[in-house]
Amino acid sequence: MADILALDGVSKAYGAVVVAEDQGWRLAAGEALGVIGPNGAGKTSMFNLVTGTVRPDRGRIRLAGTDITDWPAARRCRAGIARSFQVPQPFGGMTVYENALVAAVHGAGLGPGAAERVCLDVLERTGLARRANQRAGGLPLLDRKRLELARALCARPRVLLLDEIAGGLTERECALLVGTIRDIRATGVAIVWIEHVVHALLAVVDRLIVIDFGRLIAEGEPAATMARREVREIYLGIEADG
Amino acid sequence: MDVTRASRLTRLAGIAGLLLVVLLALAPWWAGRADLRLLGEVFLYMALATLWNLLAGYAGLVSVGQQAYVGLGGYLLFALTILAGLPVPLALPLVLAAGAVVAVPVALLIFRLRGAYFAIGSWVIAEVFRLVAAQVAALGGGSGASLPPAVVRTLAEGRDLREAMAYWLAFGLATAVLAAAVAILRSRHGLALTAIRDNELAAKSLGIDIWRTKLLVYVAVGALTALAGALIFLQKLRISPDAAFAVNDWTAFVIFIVVIGGIGTLEGPILGTLVFFALRETMADLGTIYLIALGAVAIAVMLKAPQGLWGLIRARTGAELFPLSRKVTGIPSGS
Repeated sequence: MADILALDGVSKAYGAVVVAEDQGWRLAAGEALGVIGPNGAGKTSMFNLVTGTVRPDRGRIRLAGTDITDWPAARRCRAGIARSFQVPQPFGGMTVYENALVAAVHGAGLGPGAAERVCLDVLERTGLARRANQRAGGLPLLDRKRLELARALCARPRVLLLDEIAGGLTERECALLVGTIRDIRATGVAIVWIEHVVHALLAVVDRLIVIDFGRLIAEGEPAATMARREVREIYLGIEADG
Repeated sequence: MDVTRASRLTRLAGIAGLLLVVLLALAPWWAGRADLRLLGEVFLYMALATLWNLLAGYAGLVSVGQQAYVGLGGYLLFALTILAGLPVPLALPLVLAAGAVVAVPVALLIFRLRGAYFAIGSWVIAEVFRLVAAQVAALGGGSGASLPPAVVRTLAEGRDLREAMAYWLAFGLATAVLAAAVAILRSRHGLALTAIRDNELAAKSLGIDIWRTKLLVYVAVGALTALAGALIFLQKLRISPDAAFAVNDWTAFVIFIVVIGGIGTLEGPILGTLVFFALRETMADLGTIYLIALGAVAIAVMLKAPQGLWGLIRARTGAELFPLSRKVTGIPSGS
């Protein structure tokens, strides 16, 4: 299958702090890719580079073959890249429905009628319908995270970037979330998912990449990648014996 | 599920608003000359406050240099009528257009600055405008100029009609600015602007071109502020650089109005204007004490109600007079 997203030699450093070093990886259309790595490894920075809120020092980023390295964040979203933020970034003074509407109107470029339908549908699917008229600034944390997912979906992305949306969920909620993400994937959206809740991640993704100190240290089939010695050492912080 | 914009309160407010507009449009027939002048001033401040609120409250552009446009508008009116010999009704639309034209290069310059630096930069621009105006010898240089009676007569023959015209222009501007603000905030641009108000990072990540949206707001506000300036000095009949580019009169008082009324809401600046004029009309004779009272009110509101008086009312009652927000109805109870 053709690559929907491709990174080649992408590097970014803030002074001596390297957040991405020579990163190169591919995402096939419709694929679900998991990203793991210790805290501070550069996972969220990688999302910032892909979405355009941070520009790389070197390297190129391509969306469906088009070089988007020099595009601003807004244009990348309109071209089909949407993300959720690890630390929720709601439009606090607007209602939950209006938050979704921003994404549908400006991210997906929908007209009023279509935008309304998409938003109501997404809010229903993400369990936020009953909160639709509440101000987003007053939501509890869990609903803020749901709103991150809902808003990204309303932008109708081709590539959906999810940044730790399962943390803090109960087992049941986590199972529901996994179901929701599988449904999204079934509609043909390619997904990159950063997650510490590994069992949730492994229930969805086809492939895993492991990042540490901004470098890609392993890549491959999820179970096999998790079993690799260097991954266990770095990610789980244990001395692998033998 | 469905989405509605209007509520019973916004419909009632709409009807009351229409009645009020009709009543106020008829003011020249029921108000005395002094009251008419005061009302005209109230409406010009309401327009300035609504415009500054769009800039600072929504687009996050906290300018303390809007006197640049007030003064520019005033000086352009005098230049176009006295020097170019145009009648006032023809000069006013030209002032509006010129305000927009001037705002574009100014924006390109000061949009490079952020936050406090933007605020100071905007003030510097206004000072530059003031110094330039003081160099125009044909308009009296530093000491200023008066609008000759012949020019004033191009607005209307007879003093009563002229006073009425000046009032209608001020009232018309305030109404038009409010109507435009409502229309903008209800549109997709308003959705973008409100999103920028709340969170710029999320806004750009969801497809909103922040720079372009801010530029559009800045230019539109600059143009309308210039028109307000022209109307202010049409009423005063006299202009000087210090009066035209006064940071106190055209920015500090306007910020006071917006902040105590409630920044980032349409109702706030209207309420703030009424509070400001109520204070001024009852206390202005007290001189310094009046300014101390203004400061005390500003401090009290910022400590007790940082969202302003309207923010306080809205938090208690959920009231909204303009149909801006969207309500989802028919939410299934099980979901």
